[in-house]
Amino acid sequence: MFDVDIWQEIFSTIKKNKLRTFLTGFSVAWGIFMLMVLLGSGNGLSNGVKEQFAQSAVNVMWMWTGETSIPYNGLKEGRQVKFNNQDYDFLTTKSKDIENVSSRYYLPNDILYAYGKEYGSFETSTCYPSLKDMENINIERGRFINDMDMQEFRKVVVIGDEIRKALFKEEDPIGKYLKIGGVPFNVIGVSMDKRRNQENNRAAYIPFSTAQRIFNGGNRVHTFTVTSKMVQTTEEAEAITEKVRQDMALRHDFDPKDKRAMGSFNMLTEYIRTMKIFQAINMFVWIIGIGTLIAGIVGVSNIMLILVKERTKEIGIRKALGATPFSVISLVLLESVLITTVAGYIGLVMGVGLMELINFGLEQATAGGGGENVFFKNPTVDFKTAVSATLILILSGAFAGYLPSKRAASVTPIEALRDE
Amino acid sequence: MISIQDLHKSYVTGTNSLHVLKGLNLEIEEGEFVSIMGSSGSGKSTLLNILGVLDDYDKGNYYLSGKRIWGLNETQAAITRNAMIGFIFQSFNLISFKNAMENVALPLYYQKVSRKKRNVIAMEYLDRLGLKDWAHHLPSELSGGQKQRVAIARALISNPKIILADEPTGALDSQTSLEVMDILKEVNDQGITVIIVTHEHDIAALTRKIIRLKDGVIGEVITNGELQMYRDRVKQE
Repeated sequence: MFDVDIWQEIFSTIKKNKLRTFLTGFSVAWGIFMLMVLLGSGNGLSNGVKEQFAQSAVNVMWMWTGETSIPYNGLKEGRQVKFNNQDYDFLTTKSKDIENVSSRYYLPNDILYAYGKEYGSFETSTCYPSLKDMENINIERGRFINDMDMQEFRKVVVIGDEIRKALFKEEDPIGKYLKIGGVPFNVIGVSMDKRRNQENNRAAYIPFSTAQRIFNGGNRVHTFTVTSKMVQTTEEAEAITEKVRQDMALRHDFDPKDKRAMGSFNMLTEYIRTMKIFQAINMFVWIIGIGTLIAGIVGVSNIMLILVKERTKEIGIRKALGATPFSVISLVLLESVLITTVAGYIGLVMGVGLMELINFGLEQATAGGGGENVFFKNPTVDFKTAVSATLILILSGAFAGYLPSKRAASVTPIEALRDE
Repeated sequence: MISIQDLHKSYVTGTNSLHVLKGLNLEIEEGEFVSIMGSSGSGKSTLLNILGVLDDYDKGNYYLSGKRIWGLNETQAAITRNAMIGFIFQSFNLISFKNAMENVALPLYYQKVSRKKRNVIAMEYLDRLGLKDWAHHLPSELSGGQKQRVAIARALISNPKIILADEPTGALDSQTSLEVMDILKEVNDQGITVIIVTHEHDIAALTRKIIRLKDGVIGEVITNGELQMYRDRVKQE
């Protein structure tokens, strides 16, 4: 079936009908081209939005407290709800949907950071070691806070790159002592947000336990940052939020429906919702792409039918000379597969090429500066998609050729050779 | 070589049934040079199709080289045709986009002979028919007689037992017709059975046996001495 001869047979017929073959192939190439451009654009949009989510783990949830707004259990509204260390213990040990927990105790905003003659006020994030993965903190130099720092209430600090620039200039800050609110802290690391988020780079991280002890926190926790187990639907994600709310409501005597008493934001819900949209877009793209492709295939099938009709006499001669039905079918089928595959492949390469070109342009633009918050990133098609598109092409070629080849095989030599 | 007993064939078109062959009996020995004649509607084309394993029959027996041809599927029929029978047609039926050599080599392609080898063999046959210089010409660049010689080379290349020629001279002038008949006679001299369907008396007269079909059965078989008389009669006409 794959010897040189059959290809020579096919090429000689294609050569005879150059324009027709080109037009047929063009419709298939166009179909695949559009499919690739659409898929690439879909991917670009999806990647751009995923990038937005990359600022933290996708399954992260933040919780904070406020004043109650609904009377509950004989208690009046307007009561301040406060998280505490027992809540931390509860979340880490009793809450089965919660994987990691980091407590935060707020230091005053105007707290002064000083090193030598340089000083300034920066945001202080008091946290557990687990925050690093939850908020995707990138350590440029040194290390992040660890469990030993927590246990021994060490006065250590990880500073954002902007703080380093402001206080240390060209000096290496690691091992140096920095005064925070007058208390010396040993600098153990420098963090740097890869997307140059200035806000993140102007923050410092110190161990929660140390902060609570030194800055008179007592038992108080202001906010929790937690990661929940991964789930697939928004309903499940909502259920996790709801469960935590109810637990906390029970512990602090407020109505679970009271959004003012305890606020929360579950990133996972948003993430799943967004990903669902992109799944839908992706499916839509495939449907449109396949639709375009089908139009191309119908074109090929149509042309092949005409071709078979035109070649009835030739097929009849071949059959009289000993061509088996199988050889006739493979002749037509392979021609169809050849046209669709070659044309489709050209469309594939052009489509992927265009998207790569756009990607290159985008990267140049981003590198040129200020490319933050681009909602379009890496609009390319991955290898897997390209392979499946190629398979679809070959299959569709066979599909397009099926009917015409059956028609060809049913040609009877007597009728074909009858002299009109 | 060919043995046919009580052969029946009807064509059904809609509600009409046309009974074409009505119990035909025919024996053709190996190495014979036979022409089949008959007016249109006598069933000679139908008989040729059945002989050529291009069509099946309803009833009776057809033995080709001792083997009964019956109930073959398309693939088996194709293999039988390829191995046993060489076809020559009135309108040559060469494939227009293949050159003379490729046309001649085609039956060997279906025997899975390698390209190189079958082209060499095709060249030999073209040489024998005096067309070596025309091997790389397309059929459209050949004259009628040349085309028919290419077709004869194509019919011969698979070493068939039988050559079936359907009006082989129908599209040729009388001079070329005689040349083609000379070639067919040479082919026959090599021991290949040649069967010609024709309605031209002078062509039929060049064969060694004439079978006249009439209303779906053999009407008359003219051989040997009778043939000489037949030839004279044709000459007078």
